[in-house]
Amino acid sequence: MALEKITQVSGCGVFVPGDDIDTDRIIPARFMKCVTFDGLGEFAFADAKLAEKAAGRLHALDDSRFNGATILISGSNFGCGSSREHAPQALYRYGFRAIIAESFAEIFFGNSTTLGIPCVKMSKNDIADLAALIEKNPSIQVTIDLTESKVTTDDVDFAAEFSLPGHAREPLMNGRWDSIADLVDGLEDVKTRVATIPYLSC
Amino acid sequence: MGKTLLDKVWEEHTVRTLPDGRTQLLIGTHLIHEVTSPQAFGMVRDLGLKVLYPNRTFATVDHIVPTDQRAEPFSDPLADAMVKELRKNCAESGVTFFDLPSGNQGIVHIVGPEQGITQPGTTIACGDSHTSTHGAFGAIAFGIGTSQVRDVLATQTMAIGKPKVRRINVDGKLAPGVYSKDVILHIIRHLGVNGGIGYAYEFAGSTFDAFTQEERMTVCNMSIEGGARVGYVNPDETTFEYLRGRPYSPKGAEWDAAVARWKAVASDKDAVYDDIVNFKAEAILPTITWGITPGQAIFIDEAIPNPDDLPEKDRATAHEAIEHMKLTAGTPAIGIKIDVAFLGSCTNGRLSDLQEVAKHIRGRKVASHVKAIVVPGSQGVASVAEKMGLAEIFREAGFEWRGAGCSMCLGMNPDKLVGDQLCASSSNRNFKGRQGSPTGRTMLMSPIMVAAAALTGEVSDARKVFGIH
Ligand code: SF4
Repeated sequence: MALEKITQVSGCGVFVPGDDIDTDRIIPARFMKCVTFDGLGEFAFADAKLAEKAAGRLHALDDSRFNGATILISGSNFGCGSSREHAPQALYRYGFRAIIAESFAEIFFGNSTTLGIPCVKMSKNDIADLAALIEKNPSIQVTIDLTESKVTTDDVDFAAEFSLPGHAREPLMNGRWDSIADLVDGLEDVKTRVATIPYLSC
Repeated sequence: MGKTLLDKVWEEHTVRTLPDGRTQLLIGTHLIHEVTSPQAFGMVRDLGLKVLYPNRTFATVDHIVPTDQRAEPFSDPLADAMVKELRKNCAESGVTFFDLPSGNQGIVHIVGPEQGITQPGTTIACGDSHTSTHGAFGAIAFGIGTSQVRDVLATQTMAIGKPKVRRINVDGKLAPGVYSKDVILHIIRHLGVNGGIGYAYEFAGSTFDAFTQEERMTVCNMSIEGGARVGYVNPDETTFEYLRGRPYSPKGAEWDAAVARWKAVASDKDAVYDDIVNFKAEAILPTITWGITPGQAIFIDEAIPNPDDLPEKDRATAHEAIEHMKLTAGTPAIGIKIDVAFLGSCTNGRLSDLQEVAKHIRGRKVASHVKAIVVPGSQGVASVAEKMGLAEIFREAGFEWRGAGCSMCLGMNPDKLVGDQLCASSSNRNFKGRQGSPTGRTMLMSPIMVAAAALTGEVSDARKVFGIH
């Protein structure tokens, strides 16, 4: 299966502030009682939205100004906690195609990359600047360019560097982000290796 | 130049280097459960592949099983469908399933060690972030997502970059009333919930040498709470003794050969680490969390911190925590009223946890306003505990004695907090909504501290409540 080569993601952004946003928050556990990932999109941040409502505030994903945003922007250690792939699956099905954050938890980062969602790291200051621009003009187009390692916007002079490790960038750009094909290619080597390991070969 | 255990295990299990630079790593042992595997089996089928080594995957059910009404069908049709799906997938692919009627069902991270499936020098993966637990045996064990569960089912490998290794030494003797749970909460408090990103944690030092195998599991279990996907302890006699005679442990001449290999896999004396951090056991006191991340922890004799006194980077989350927890900065931890006490989970639902608590609560009663539940981590733990009379002690004290499962550790089964109930919990995550109610509040602590809170109805110093000196 040929996968799309992801060299650039463009779209509107939405800023969900906060550090350590865990995968329970992204998709509460009760929505994981399912045998497919279909339909998870509408439950992204379900309880966080309710909590904001109860406190008389509006969660960014409930704010109609940001409807249709495809780039999610947040703080540090995004996606920590549970390894549930349901979290990036829910974000993808909600419509997000890339995430910008100060840093990412490791399992979430890997799960997202496997789904073709670039997770790029940007500095706190640049994130604050970008968030302010989006707040002022929600229809601004944000572009994440993997070739240039830059985030830019269309109508103002914003450009910031991001970082993305090579082991994620390269497969995203070459359309090999889902590693199953590469792993299957190595099956002969797998069998050879298994035969050399005592607890597996006996 | 010496090698770490991680270096040695990595080398032995490397199939090849992938075009993107990551390793195609052989996963010797694959553990699965009902929540993160159904989609993976579906994907394997859709790709026209099959389970490559069904004898290297082991399944159980834990997250969604009710702990009281366990007869099937479950009252929740979605939960019922998930168990049936796993049963069908295991039967079709030839995977061993520690199913409910087997007497061996339980939380996946308790069942693996208990069966002797978790062994030193192996690689282990499971679609669950607390797979780091198995590192207590000197295995390299990863929590993975569902697509990777698919990868492991279909190829027995996964694509992964080699982590750096941080050695965390804890030396000295823990004071009475201080447990391995306090050690890991203390470590996370100091290194941060994201301090371990990119690292495997190697736990070592005289405190770890003296720990039982079950105490080591509690620490490795929460490595992920510190951001480290992998945590491990070098295997030693304690490990080998734990494994001797278990159903899947090697037998006879194979046992001796295995022990020789296991000894050799430990980190070399002159191994080179990417980082080393030292802690003193004597400086650790009973620790509890007050906020919404496991790093928001204090000693029992401290007060809820004022967010504005914390380092700038921690302030925003601290404010959010104070709001969610409905606590006031400056309030002493001791005396905060609790509603629920939960003793269980893959962190602290093992026999030794239950024994330690039972020893102290005999003849005492849970506070009248507290709902207290004890959930053994596996049917194996439950049946031994029942034979030893522990269940009786708990019941007499006013705890509900339940069947094995994840229970109130996460909101996927009928055991949930209601409204903004505050729970003293021996589990591992205090995230907002983690225990099933979006406004529910969790304070993490050791089993003995959970028991002290259950009896007094408020956060208490277990050393005083039980006279532990
Ligand atoms: S007990 Fe809790 S942390 Fe452990 S596997 Fe179950 S849900 Fe996950």
